[in-house]
Amino acid sequence: MAASDKDMLAQFLLRMGDNSLILGHRVSEWCGHAPVLEEDIALANTALDLIGQTQFWLGYAAEVMDGDKTADDVAFLRDVWDFRNILLVELPNGDFGQTLMRQFLFDAYQSILLPRLMKSSDPRVSEIAEKASKECAYHVERSADTVVGLGDGTEESHTRMQAALDRLWPYVGEMFASDEVDAAMAAAGIAPDPASLRAEYDALVGKVMAEATLTIPQSDFAHKGGRNGATHTEHLGHLLTQMQWLQRAYPGASW
Amino acid sequence: MAATRLSGGVVVNDAQRPTEGGGEAPSRGGGRGLPGVPPGETFRPSTDTVWTWLNAVPDPEIPVISLTDLGIIRDVVYEGDTLIVTVTPTYSGCPATSIINLDIETALRGHGVENLELRRQLSPAWTTDWMTQSGRDKLEAYGIAPPQPAGGPDKCPHCGSQAVEKMSQFGSTPCKAQWRCTACLEPFDYFKCI
Repeated sequence: MAASDKDMLAQFLLRMGDNSLILGHRVSEWCGHAPVLEEDIALANTALDLIGQTQFWLGYAAEVMDGDKTADDVAFLRDVWDFRNILLVELPNGDFGQTLMRQFLFDAYQSILLPRLMKSSDPRVSEIAEKASKECAYHVERSADTVVGLGDGTEESHTRMQAALDRLWPYVGEMFASDEVDAAMAAAGIAPDPASLRAEYDALVGKVMAEATLTIPQSDFAHKGGRNGATHTEHLGHLLTQMQWLQRAYPGASW
Repeated sequence: MAATRLSGGVVVNDAQRPTEGGGEAPSRGGGRGLPGVPPGETFRPSTDTVWTWLNAVPDPEIPVISLTDLGIIRDVVYEGDTLIVTVTPTYSGCPATSIINLDIETALRGHGVENLELRRQLSPAWTTDWMTQSGRDKLEAYGIAPPQPAGGPDKCPHCGSQAVEKMSQFGSTPCKAQWRCTACLEPFDYFKCI
């Protein structure tokens, strides 16, 4: 594989891994704080699946990037500007409704992307996607159900879910903002051009929001800068100070 | 295929050592003083025997079933003198995965296996279809409803009533969901069908 192809593949793998790593960490922040025990367990389980998927994606990314790095090195020893996750997943949790709204907006994307990745020309990408898509099917079923339950719930829960959708919708567009990495992945048959997933995504999200009696904002303005690392939000640095603290304070610590 | 450096820090050292054809690698068989193995000879149990041993290794979270009941041991073969055990994870982030690898290693080393490599296999992805019938029976007797293709338990594992309802899609481990019986009112775990 040519050096530039390797760089492109590494960027793609970092995007996949960083999305699940950062969202997994955010969701794990709920552990012990959810409104009811069942939801606490569900959030912890979701976070666990995402962190597990992260180990596969970043493990492969570390191999592609050469050197003796491991998934742990990639997760814990990079700084903000090296992260390639979309901005949506690094946003603070907000209330329970906002957390589940973010989860659904992400799960819906994954539920469309992962089945495509199962047909990847890269067997490693394909097998990780095969594993992750089974878990994603559970995640999207639950997050969609919860969005509908709360959106079409009480006046209070409806108001909160609409506020969450209004707050998060400007972060949806970044998922579909293709660049040269996506073009290289599509040309190599490794991953689909994300822009090609938009219609299916809009159909799925539209259906669930209609059932949830929520209104998708008209504006298609999209915050960008996460998946290419150009500009992360201020929130990612704060997240990393907590997530990476142990390895920064005690380099090489393990158990 | 990713070899040996598995999540959770279980590293099977011997896997990294190139197999050297003959028997010159140090500390094999006789070095441990195993019965019936002359010094310098490699102890090489049959794969059937290894399967029998693995059949006795319990799942760390649900100890009534074994790893082979769970269907996560995908292959047991020799490559040269090295025993290769291929394991597939149930869920990506299941913390039991690293314990399972440790338990396999401990069990097989306890039986005298020295040249051992654990391999992780992601595809085909684990499915509850691979769970054995005896595993399903043992789950039910233990109070966990076994996986059903319909996507939910067919009856309460306590009283047998079919009046059951889902409480949460997630349970005490990634592989289980929480249900309850509306007849006997007992909550129970359901082993999710994936």
